[in-house]
Amino acid sequence: MRELSVREALREAMREEMYRDENVFVMGEDITEHGGIYGVTQGLYDEFGGERIRITPISEAVIIGSALGAAMTGMRPIAELMYIDFTTVAMDQIVNQAAKMRFMSGGKVEVPLVIRTQGGGGRGSAAQHSQSLEAWFMHVPGLKVVMPSTPYDAKGLLKTAIRDDNPVLFVEHKMAYNFTGEVPEEEYLIPFGEADIKREGSDVTVIANSYMLPRALEAAEDMVKEEGLSVEVIDPLTLEPFDEETIVKSVAKTGRLVVVHEAVKRCGFGAEIAAKIMESEAFYYLDAPLERVAGMEAPVPYNEKLEMHGMPNTDKIKAAIKRSCYVK
Amino acid sequence: MELSKERLLKMYEDMLKIRLFEERAIKLFNKGLIRGPMHVYIGQEAVAVGACANLREEDYITSTHRGHGHCIAKGGELKKMTAELLGKATGYSKGKGGSMHIADPEIGILGANGIVGGGIGIAPGAALSAKMRGTDQVAVCFFGDGATNEGIFHESLNLAAVWELPIVYLCENNKYGLTSKADEVLAVEDVADRAASYDIPSEIVDGNDVVAVYEAVKRAVERAKDSGGPTLIEAKTYRWEGHFVGDPCVYRDDCEVEEWKERCPIDRLGELLVEEGATEEELKSIREQIEQDLDEAVDFAQSSPEPEVESIFADIFVD
Ligand SMILES: Cc1ncc(C[n+]2csc(CCOP(=O)(O)OP(=O)(O)O)c2C)c(N)n1
Ligand SMILES: [Mg+2]
Repeated sequence: MRELSVREALREAMREEMYRDENVFVMGEDITEHGGIYGVTQGLYDEFGGERIRITPISEAVIIGSALGAAMTGMRPIAELMYIDFTTVAMDQIVNQAAKMRFMSGGKVEVPLVIRTQGGGGRGSAAQHSQSLEAWFMHVPGLKVVMPSTPYDAKGLLKTAIRDDNPVLFVEHKMAYNFTGEVPEEEYLIPFGEADIKREGSDVTVIANSYMLPRALEAAEDMVKEEGLSVEVIDPLTLEPFDEETIVKSVAKTGRLVVVHEAVKRCGFGAEIAAKIMESEAFYYLDAPLERVAGMEAPVPYNEKLEMHGMPNTDKIKAAIKRSCYVK
Repeated sequence: MELSKERLLKMYEDMLKIRLFEERAIKLFNKGLIRGPMHVYIGQEAVAVGACANLREEDYITSTHRGHGHCIAKGGELKKMTAELLGKATGYSKGKGGSMHIADPEIGILGANGIVGGGIGIAPGAALSAKMRGTDQVAVCFFGDGATNEGIFHESLNLAAVWELPIVYLCENNKYGLTSKADEVLAVEDVADRAASYDIPSEIVDGNDVVAVYEAVKRAVERAKDSGGPTLIEAKTYRWEGHFVGDPCVYRDDCEVEEWKERCPIDRLGELLVEEGATEEELKSIREQIEQDLDEAVDFAQSSPEPEVESIFADIFVD
């Protein structure tokens, strides 16, 4: 099968959906000739023109606001926010407006709005360009939150997001655009709310997504070789809706759970997963305290050594797996 | 000419200091010693220097992602700046901020900023505080053409007008916001026109003429100190380099860059100085001194220690 990068997979998803439905269009800062700062929309402007690949001023609040208004009235916009850090500038339009529109209209309006953005650290972009804020949006009823890792998932999930009649925050990772992987030529969609078991195992369950998924898979591989442990790795793919069933089933099987995310530990999505597990029947199967491997509770520092220190990595995941399995 | 030769020489020195600092920074970046996005100020030196020549240490500035020039013009230390770019413990932010987060509140630098428009919110607060504390401090708020499309720009001007705050809004219109041409994303040709909505006086100046910038900001600072409220100054200028170091600049052509290089603000002041009786020797020795200071700054930065990993938790709160 052919291989694509995450960047190419995302672009292909948008291109296909734009051909399928003429109401789909893209708007954002620097997305035209330049193709966006991470090059995701490259070529689309030449293909579709400025009417459907719309450049915006640096105006995040009205980027989301106008995308929302267009979504409420028959269009299917994909609004790009260059960094998830800049959602803060558009927070009213996302949280008070987009998320609540259907509810407050008594179910009369549909909001087929996709907000594409990217987050995370690893490039020395420092405290205002490296955050992982997905959990904020999980806290707001009315928003769907999607966070892919592989090219296959990125494409299938973005297509689903574009066809969804609800607001979707689609969170990419700045370090993952060059990840490559197999993507079929044929059309496919990936449903929301269905976690993907990336690797089966029986001793411990690891949940990881986005930039952390390859780290978790690497840790799992090492654990087989180094400790003979069989590690199950699950990517939830969508944080809202969340596939509780797959995770509860896995934990009931393994009796151990490690959750990995790059966002700071406090109130990250790992906290929600932990609570869900404690409330579920999986509680009775737990053989060890659950472990969270997460970003340190500090703004993301510029210095490389500090930045890496603050982020989860393969070694930290391995250590958590071992603690969970009472190895050494 | 109202400005003495000495003052002009000081401006020349500051502008050249910015230029040469940025050239060093690009070299360090290309060596892989600087991480993340770095935005340099080459071509715009006259704006920061002309503006800050009106300010005292206790006056405030807010800056942007393209902040090195503002920081140097306001008296920032080359050693601490260079160390910060290299992420060292001796840097302004102890290596935790990098290029976009250099601040020195002791000399009124309330911070560069990674968020477009971030400083435009903060500056009126500093001006308000000066007013409430009964000092005659002023705040100069630097920002780009692109930033004037953020809502906070409009909120800020209105608030400053209503409260008659001692603030100078200084827009550096360098024709682009990242890859976007200003005329494609701004509804007006001149940012200065936006002042009318808030009943604020405005002025357009040649941002490559340091004397013109100095004089315009001088009028605005006097107005601010005189309880005359805010002013919006638009300095027309150009950034020679890409948006960030490494930008392929597909959105503009080389001729445009060359045209603007011919209007180099530093050469222009150099020529003026020669007319005013400065010698080439004098100008050369200024350059040599700066190069020497920069050698020392780079040595200092390179030989400085990295921050300890434990410092990740320092300075989140006041203890
Ligand atoms: C809120 C926000 N939106 C977008 C960006 C990304 N960004 C950084 S600089 C920049 C362009 C700013 O243009 P302008 O204000 O004209 O300043 P210049 O770069 O020309 O100095 C953009 C879009 C950001 N840092 N913050
Ligand atoms: Mg600009």
